[in-house]
Amino acid sequence: MNIKGIAASNGIAIAKAFKLIEPELTVVKSTIADVEAEINLYKEALVKTTEELQKIKVKAAQNLSEEEAAVFDAHINMANDPELLTQTTDKIKAESVNASYAFDEVSNMFITMFESMDNEYFRERAADIKDIKKRILAHLLGVKVNDPSTIDEQVVIIAEDLTPSDTAQLDRNFVKGFVTNIGGRTSHSAIMARSLEIPAVVGTKTILEDVKDGDMIILDGLEGNVIINPSADQVAHYEEVAQAYEAQKAEWAKLKNEKTVSKDGQHVELAANIGTPKDVEGVLGNGGEAVGLYRTEFLYMGRDNFPTEDEQFEAYKSVLEAMGEKPVVVRTLDIGGDKELPYLHLPKEMNPFLGYRAVRLCLDDTDLFRTQLRALLRASAYGKLRIMFPMIATLNEFRSAKALLLEEKANLIAEGVTVSEEIEVGMMVEIPSAAVLADQFAKEVDFFSIGTNDLIQYTMAADRMNEKVSYLYQPYNPSILRLVKMVIDAAHKEGKWTGMCGEMAGDQTAIPLLLGLGLDEFSMSATSILPARSLISKLSKAEMAELAAEALNKSTVEEVIELVENIQK
Amino acid sequence: MEKIFTITDETGLHARPATVLVNTASKYSAEITLTYRDKKVNLKSIMGVMSLGIQQGAEITISAEGADAEEAISALTETITTQGLGK
Repeated sequence: MNIKGIAASNGIAIAKAFKLIEPELTVVKSTIADVEAEINLYKEALVKTTEELQKIKVKAAQNLSEEEAAVFDAHINMANDPELLTQTTDKIKAESVNASYAFDEVSNMFITMFESMDNEYFRERAADIKDIKKRILAHLLGVKVNDPSTIDEQVVIIAEDLTPSDTAQLDRNFVKGFVTNIGGRTSHSAIMARSLEIPAVVGTKTILEDVKDGDMIILDGLEGNVIINPSADQVAHYEEVAQAYEAQKAEWAKLKNEKTVSKDGQHVELAANIGTPKDVEGVLGNGGEAVGLYRTEFLYMGRDNFPTEDEQFEAYKSVLEAMGEKPVVVRTLDIGGDKELPYLHLPKEMNPFLGYRAVRLCLDDTDLFRTQLRALLRASAYGKLRIMFPMIATLNEFRSAKALLLEEKANLIAEGVTVSEEIEVGMMVEIPSAAVLADQFAKEVDFFSIGTNDLIQYTMAADRMNEKVSYLYQPYNPSILRLVKMVIDAAHKEGKWTGMCGEMAGDQTAIPLLLGLGLDEFSMSATSILPARSLISKLSKAEMAELAAEALNKSTVEEVIELVENIQK
Repeated sequence: MEKIFTITDETGLHARPATVLVNTASKYSAEITLTYRDKKVNLKSIMGVMSLGIQQGAEITISAEGADAEEAISALTETITTQGLGK
């Protein structure tokens, strides 16, 4: 059986399916006659849970660290806690109720108790109790729980979607790739797969229903195909494809320490998009010449208060130091839209992508913004910093943001803090108004970085999270190419440079066009850098300029794709 | 038998100190309970002890019943004083 999805991360995987499903643990209260039998059921579930946790602990010690393994020791102790045991068995006896109901009630009481404590440590323990509760209940109810940390053979993960915590638990020695029901090329799971360098196909809609645990899977992350229980011929074919891909990867690896130069000797900068300081390793490992987009919102997410100036300073400093002489473009806070911060208490909006987000919010809540700007300015002494503001629609917004930056710079200098004199200050171009008026903006910015994911969705008026309108996500539409050209030309006229930090910058079909349009910096997932460098080395910039000029005069996206495909043959 | 202590550890009876106490208590067969503000929990239960949310300055009572109750109380007393949990 063949299933088509969206190719989210390159590579081929051939392995057994492992379905990752949240178990259905519905507890029903019932009256029981044999109390002792019910208590024994509960004790058996505890024994099974303990055995399971022992296995996970051994595995965690091998794959992760002793420290991570110790967490499971704590879980074993909690599962066997005498207070939990006594209260549960007392309840079974006193009320003649079934074990799963009694245990559910007692564990919920502990969870509520811990959650309501005013100490963060105890609140975290509530999460631990929830975890063991899930395991014990699953044994009581006879439900099988697939746990990613128990995987001990090569598998392809099959899931509705993968959350950040799911992906963090995946052991790359065993997980050869994943396939999901939902998502697109820019969804979290897709971005994660590319940074883990494992193949992935997303947005298949039905994979979870179509596959059984243990089915053989061929995952083709190059084309977005999934084959369930393939024939021997298909396996042989894909083994060849996988080998060819590995050979190509080896060729790319040779380009790691080379500069990015076109066939006719023109240099462009290939940069990487990162979310956390940890990602810098991947940037350098893939031969990145810069960080073209550091998404600072991850510093603010997954916590319940704002990061302090010092915390931010440490993060920015570590990225700048690790990159050394190579420049780092930091995007100021881009929250709102699809990225929520519970502790900001923003009201729900009808059109969050068109609403109160990014620089709009920062210019309103200036304390929040100033804290980030101060942290950035302090970090500027440790590397080559470039700052850019997201979601700029009008020149006044850019001026206001820059004025706050200069104010904080003056404050810091007055306080005796060292601030670099060479910080470049630019903006994202992701709102059509900024692209159309780029000639005016170009007089005041040091650089532009085109955010294509948003620019395309705003230009086409198509929500990129909505699969029903995903056909409108057309990076090569002549309308988008014309906007890109306007921005690049406007920058060059003022002696400024233009980069691009959307998914389009790493796209093999878009690169010939962007090179031809004169783009100066391409920022992409780190793993796309070497294939892009290899491609650019085979292209003449002068010839691509002719190709781009032709593309700008096409009328549909299909015509543009055909044009580019012809030169690639 | 029982004994009263005042918690001096500035973090109260939180994770690490609670674990130390529970580990000591678990070595004995006696039934050992911890009483704080009229609430009684099994001192061999980490969840029970932590659920009391005992803070610095709290007065707690530890009582033990059984064959090795006396040894248990003296071992717990030693743990509490040498670990700086209380007096």
